[in-house]
Amino acid sequence: MVDLIASDPWAGLLPVQAGAARLEAVDPGPLALLAPWPRAEEAMNAALRAAHGPGFPAPGRIETSGAARAIWFGRGQALLAGVVPDPSLRAHGLVEDQSDGWVVARLTGDGALDVLARLVPVDLRRLGPKGVVRTMLGHMNVAILGTSGGVEILAFRSMAGTLAHEIADAMRAVAGRAALG
Amino acid sequence: MRIDCPLCGARDRREFSVLGDAAMAVRPEVGADTQTWSDWLHLRDNTAGRLRELWYHEGGCAAWLVVERDTVSHAVHGVSLVGASDAD
Ligand SMILES: [Zn+2]
Repeated sequence: MVDLIASDPWAGLLPVQAGAARLEAVDPGPLALLAPWPRAEEAMNAALRAAHGPGFPAPGRIETSGAARAIWFGRGQALLAGVVPDPSLRAHGLVEDQSDGWVVARLTGDGALDVLARLVPVDLRRLGPKGVVRTMLGHMNVAILGTSGGVEILAFRSMAGTLAHEIADAMRAVAGRAALG
Repeated sequence: MRIDCPLCGARDRREFSVLGDAAMAVRPEVGADTQTWSDWLHLRDNTAGRLRELWYHEGGCAAWLVVERDTVSHAVHGVSLVGASDAD
């Protein structure tokens, strides 16, 4: 059996600091997509609470309990982050490990929302610390999560380089405008 | 143009793709004759005014929506989720 070595999806591109904004990699732990079967939403909600703490999130919301985060991820979908999903969840819907499918970057600092305003067609000033939007960053489908000091951005792992490049460019542009006064 | 997704809120048109007349969601009966299927598949009214269309929130929640839109004024009059009763 060959022992494979895990590689860094960012390939050394992060962290990036420009002006008041900082972009850094986040390890979200295990990630699993939950998609309840038709008419099994309540059963999935109860099983999720019993096994991990958070309930199945309402649209646009994040439920947190300890290390477990249940992130609304689209119609009839949630992403369970931070814990390995309990086998009991499989009775109520699709449970799919997507840990290797996504990257997470945290954008913080005073200029963070100005940076994203250049890239994302949603006003993120209304995104609270328990809120999430599915939207686009440039041409990429992403999820943007509110956190206490900024936002976390989830994108496809295969797009990590593009994500870092797009955001870093916007960070430098915002910092440049600020320097000009 | 903005579409008020029932799950995501008002979003820019670039997050959506349009399939066309919402008649696509209502198929003929399984035993319908060839002419009926052919008409359903190919024939569309060229509506000037209010039209119900299927839109996909590809860059958002991945829901299929029925958007009632005025093809003359571009005003959006209503948005609803496609439900289980609309599909087979
Ligand atoms: Zn939506």
